[in-house]
Amino acid sequence: MSTQTLSASKTSVRGWEMLQTALNIATALAMAALMWAALLYARPALNLAGDEQLAQRIFYLHMGCNIGALVAFLMSVTGSIVYLLTRDMDWDRVTQASIETGIIIGLGTVTTGAIWAKPAWNTFWTWDPRLTASTITVLIYIAYLLFRNGIDNRRTQALFGSIYALFAFLSIPLTYYSARWFRSIHPVVFDGENMEGQGGFNIGATMTQTLWIAVVAFCLLFSALMIMRWRQLRHEDALEELREEFYS
Amino acid sequence: MSAYLSDGEPLPVMQTGGGPKRYLAKVWAITRKELQSEWRAKEVLGTMTVFAVLAIIIFGMAFDLRVPQPEMVAPGVLWVVTLFAGVMGLNRTFGAEADRGSLPALLLAPMDRSAIYFGKLLASLFFMLATEVIMLPILLVIFDVNLMRPWILAALILGTIGYVSVGSLFGALTASARARETMLPILLLPLMVPVFMAGVALTGGVLDGRSFSDFRHWLGILTAYDLIFVTIAFLVFDLIWQEG
Repeated sequence: MSTQTLSASKTSVRGWEMLQTALNIATALAMAALMWAALLYARPALNLAGDEQLAQRIFYLHMGCNIGALVAFLMSVTGSIVYLLTRDMDWDRVTQASIETGIIIGLGTVTTGAIWAKPAWNTFWTWDPRLTASTITVLIYIAYLLFRNGIDNRRTQALFGSIYALFAFLSIPLTYYSARWFRSIHPVVFDGENMEGQGGFNIGATMTQTLWIAVVAFCLLFSALMIMRWRQLRHEDALEELREEFYS
Repeated sequence: MSAYLSDGEPLPVMQTGGGPKRYLAKVWAITRKELQSEWRAKEVLGTMTVFAVLAIIIFGMAFDLRVPQPEMVAPGVLWVVTLFAGVMGLNRTFGAEADRGSLPALLLAPMDRSAIYFGKLLASLFFMLATEVIMLPILLVIFDVNLMRPWILAALILGTIGYVSVGSLFGALTASARARETMLPILLLPLMVPVFMAGVALTGGVLDGRSFSDFRHWLGILTAYDLIFVTIAFLVFDLIWQEG
């Protein structure tokens, strides 16, 4: 490697480093703001009382995780399609990093949902469509990681992983709709078609603002974690290439 | 070129291109090859049917002591056993080729890769439907529930098409992976949740004597599933053997 490209790559590393630090600080600030807004700023839900009213505040985290996971899995399917079209390994790393981050945030959705379900529905677990669909989704993506692990060739790993990620994403809406026709008790907060769902509430102005903070905070969290993991995967691959070059 | 198979039959002459009729002939050649090798080796169909019968009997023993009405569990048993027996067959579609070392030869066949996929798909479909034909009377005997009704059969056929269309593709993906036999169910079963739910709900609805309008949306889900995944599998199957 000539000195010129080396110094150029050094500058780009420094650029990435600064971007990452800025993103991490922004994420931390947004999360702190979300905690304040969710616990103190947002008005309590008027039609609920006692434990149920208190528990409703987990909704902001729950919804934030949900949006974060959605963005992550959208990003993963974008990465897999672009990889299949261009065969650029960077996009495969986008898919992998998004899925790993998405699993963590998706598990957050399921966990906060279960914690909220206990006071609201009096059970941790029920076969509700969105609950079923999100749990199955997390399982599908855990299978993706296991599958990648079982393949030795790096390029095959990227190709097969991308194909599986594409199938996985396409099956999510079908899983959701097939689960939806089973009896649902999930409150639909935004279009109000299922207000007889237990634990539902009308959303007010402070609640909407808090929700927007949650959306921003979790999108930032996803970006920060995903880019960090993406860079790590890049270094891993570069190291592997160097190692092969060295031993051959 | 005058080539002959070992039993004196002329080798089918195949070229790429040549319109839909030629394409179907190629698909059929692959399917016939699968059926022939199964007829000689008898390794897939026998295992699948014996496993299915065994699983039904085990479910029968498990539920007989606890469940008041067999109608409550029969739909679940039908679909669970179908899925699990199917995994055994789908593991072999490309796994057997990889084990015998005949996969490169198959890929060298002068035809579109998607013809190989559809040939394999039809063969797997045949094996699974044959297993289901044996399962239904056994379920009747063990659970005393008659599942041989038109809409249940339609759902079984639609569900099986969706199952083998995704399963054949994943069988090709896992054929060269480490721990192939255990990897396929982990990849396949979570994607089968829509088929499974639709199948169980439709079968239950028919058994409860509901009217057609109460369960026709399940047929819609199954059809949509088949169309989406057969199309996507057709599009991506060509890519699988491009690397390594």
